[in-house]
Amino acid sequence: MRAGLDDLTEHFIELVRRASTDLQADVEAALRAAQAREEPGSAAAGALEAILQNVALARANSTPICQDTGTPIFYVSHPLGASTRRLRAQMEAAVAEATRRAYLRPNAVDPLTGRNSGDNVGAGFPTFHFCEWGEDRLRVDLLLKGGGSENVGAQYKLPHAPLGAGRDLEGVRRVVLDAVYQAQGKGCPPGVLGIAVGGDRGSGTAHAKEQLFRPLDDVNPVEALAALEERLLRECNELGIGPMGLGGKATVLAVKVGAYHRLPACYFVSIATMCWACRRASMEVQDGEVAFT
Amino acid sequence: MSTLDLNIPISENSIRALHVGDAVRLSGVMVTGRDAAHKYMVETFIRSSSVPASERPLYAELRRLLRGGVIYHCGPVVRFTPLQPSPQGGGEEGGRWHFVAAGPTTSIREEIYEPEVIAHFGLRGVVGKGGMGPGTLQACREHGAVYFHAIGGAASLIADAVKEVVAVHKKDEFGVPEAFWVIRVAGFPAVVTMDMHGQSIHDEVEAVSAVALKRLIGQR
Repeated sequence: MRAGLDDLTEHFIELVRRASTDLQADVEAALRAAQAREEPGSAAAGALEAILQNVALARANSTPICQDTGTPIFYVSHPLGASTRRLRAQMEAAVAEATRRAYLRPNAVDPLTGRNSGDNVGAGFPTFHFCEWGEDRLRVDLLLKGGGSENVGAQYKLPHAPLGAGRDLEGVRRVVLDAVYQAQGKGCPPGVLGIAVGGDRGSGTAHAKEQLFRPLDDVNPVEALAALEERLLRECNELGIGPMGLGGKATVLAVKVGAYHRLPACYFVSIATMCWACRRASMEVQDGEVAFT
Repeated sequence: MSTLDLNIPISENSIRALHVGDAVRLSGVMVTGRDAAHKYMVETFIRSSSVPASERPLYAELRRLLRGGVIYHCGPVVRFTPLQPSPQGGGEEGGRWHFVAAGPTTSIREEIYEPEVIAHFGLRGVVGKGGMGPGTLQACREHGAVYFHAIGGAASLIADAVKEVVAVHKKDEFGVPEAFWVIRVAGFPAVVTMDMHGQSIHDEVEAVSAVALKRLIGQR
């Protein structure tokens, strides 16, 4: 990083503000398309209409789209030589200040005492993933992941006899449909499913969450996964759970699947469920310039 | 679809007239309460043999507010505005709270407490999202209450219906999201998804989706 950009705290606050208050265009477009498909006058259409009004209002007022501003999850790709310790301190300071400015709700609760830290900073909170990459710029991707959708996430190990799910993509299909059925309306559908096939319990979960950063209309470069994504999107929406679980056609906006190598003994399917308010924002820093997307 | 206006406190007759699918607008004073609040109410007021002296003023206040009243499963984003100018330097007396974002949280976590809370306080309504289970449905039937479904995540929209923060209790102990916020609302939008006649839209949707799931994954 160049001189003058040693302290990125103010830019990180802006990243948080954007993620919390300004829904990305691809998500909003998918919600609009979903609303057009529901029966006019139905509870599903009404729920999506309220959601779209809320998105516009939050953007206009710069207020949180959802009061559960979730866990801030930072994925940081940095060039050789960056100090991740300093970046982390700046991001923590930014999260605390964004909480003071009411872009974030204080969400970090000590599980032993029940005390809320008050500023979204605590043990293991927020979540950070640092990765050095071959580029000479810094990239930070932020996801705000609420508790309702996090609670309905799942991890299956295959084979799974009750669902007749074996160790192949057909087995993956079965457990994902089961997870969406189990979730019903509790995770604020219609949202995005991030899925990782393989990995261990930890890496699989992190990789599933990474899928949530993909643009909703991208196509998986792996043909078998692209086909699975398309089929799961269609079939999840045949479940009829609908917006907010009130019944209807839109239960899922997109399905994104990644794959990690697994141990011979293990076959995990990790499912990160994201609510309709798929709040993500990214920034890049290069040659003294900061750009947000 | 017409929308019914309901004023809090709500009469049992008004509740009896409601059916699943009815759209409503709620006005009056409601109280937020979620995980910590429900655990506290049940452990401190309902299942305990005597209420500690320190908790009696809040108990009396909640009984007054919740009789015929509505509890809202919500952990808001709030902002505190100090009064200007503030010669004393301001404490929380010297300003006011308002709701910035205030959509519902997932209600099912309160299922283990809600039937007792409905019965004990004489609630007429529970507002949340995602629906509740058989215990709450039965309590609605026995005690004359309904479940109002608000739109999850519609936080800025719903905050617009919150006109005033009247008081807050247990903020320091439970934290901002978990406190009891006493709020005055006007035209708060919701849909009845569980009524006092034993109907639940959540049960219906689950049954429909179970049939679809069986068709999609078949049987071994």
